[in-house]
Amino acid sequence: MNKPVLEQTPSLNPMFRFQWEEAQNCHVLLYPEGMIKLNDSAGAILAEVNGEQDCAAIIRSLEARFPDAGELGPDVLEFLEVAREQNWIRIS
Amino acid sequence: MSKTGFASADTTPSQSPPLWLLAELTYKCPLQCPYCSNPLDFADHGEELTTEQWIDVFRQARKMGAAQLGFSGGEPLVRRDLEQLIAEGRKLGYYTNLITSGIGLNADRIAAFREAGLDHIQISFQASDETVNNMLAGSDKAFQQKLKMAREVKAQGYPMVLNFVTHRHNIDRIDRIIELCVELEADYVELATCQYYGWAHENREALLPTRAQLERAERITNEYRDKLAAEGNPIKLIFVTPDYYEERPKKCMNGWGEIFLTVTPDGTALPCHSARMLPIEFPNVKDNSVQHIWHDSFGFNHFRGDDWMQEPCRSCDEKENDLGGCRCQAYMLAGDMNAADPVCSKSPHHQKILDARAAAEQVGEDTPITFRNERNSRVFARG
Repeated sequence: MNKPVLEQTPSLNPMFRFQWEEAQNCHVLLYPEGMIKLNDSAGAILAEVNGEQDCAAIIRSLEARFPDAGELGPDVLEFLEVAREQNWIRIS
Repeated sequence: MSKTGFASADTTPSQSPPLWLLAELTYKCPLQCPYCSNPLDFADHGEELTTEQWIDVFRQARKMGAAQLGFSGGEPLVRRDLEQLIAEGRKLGYYTNLITSGIGLNADRIAAFREAGLDHIQISFQASDETVNNMLAGSDKAFQQKLKMAREVKAQGYPMVLNFVTHRHNIDRIDRIIELCVELEADYVELATCQYYGWAHENREALLPTRAQLERAERITNEYRDKLAAEGNPIKLIFVTPDYYEERPKKCMNGWGEIFLTVTPDGTALPCHSARMLPIEFPNVKDNSVQHIWHDSFGFNHFRGDDWMQEPCRSCDEKENDLGGCRCQAYMLAGDMNAADPVCSKSPHHQKILDARAAAEQVGEDTPITFRNERNSRVFARG
């Protein structure tokens, strides 16, 4: 599979529910009888995946939220590729 | 007690919270599967919790950190307040799972559950073959109804798990089972080899497959995994091997009182849905808070850690891997719930497992089956 490109729009696979879990102190993906705990950066990226923003908009939004983090594009695209391989998201 | 900014670090219990709340809403069920995980004497158990009592349990467990809520039974569809319970569970932030036989389901109810916020539906099948399915379920209409409901669940956009409990009567058709699941567009398939507690233990002779049957089924499942992955089909096949053909036991429920909290129809709280058979007085949500039950009750603390272990577990260098295995299996086969799980080849009772395997090679096709129903349950209840 190729890396997603900037003009593509990722959306969450409806099989998963993304939410903040207070007890785990992290974002999680919930699915039938299971839960994946996400680290801070994975949680921050998936929080932007809404089926409307394309990858470029997601990157802009994250760079605005984390101005000290520098250029985020390559890392975000790399994570989205992994997320698609894991079947967490779909990219159109 | 003095409160500082760090006080919570001292007072937070080290025991992690329950993640999975299994609400066994009722023991009533229209089917009679001879491997049902409900207790043999289910007919003898008390009144079901009310809607308000269930919602209170959901609220308490959610506050502690539970994220998954399963509605199970018996057949949870029998409860008329199921829509309301789903809605409350979802509102609290749970991922809500309906675990059903599909009997009593229809398109309108599937839509109403969706409206209430249900996240996922799991339908159990007894076999890929209508005759065998209906024989095991004790109903002539079960199979067609299940097919229809599985299609409806997918048509309405739910994630769907199909569950097949496999045993000597259906395991040789595992190819057909998998093909049926693919055709029904299941997202996950549980090919769960029957585990021998409760009703299944009563019927072990009739249900335990031979080693050759099991190995063939596992090989075919692996072949399908490769084939389906190559076709880009995201379906996941989960093959659960039976303890009886292992040399080491499984870690019971991923650790006793670590993740799972089952609440039975009458409010008894259990660390595992089979644990009711053990000679332990388990706490009830009608008498105690879920917090107390999880952290302070004897029933939940007894098999945590390894202080309770006897030899050969106590000095075993593998004890961390399986924590001595299944407590119910130890109780049923070794007659002592503190013993090593006899599945373990180090157990002095391992011969019982070897004998069961040998018996599986000899069994005729006409071994009688005790079906799970009210009438048979009353016999066990009387003892």
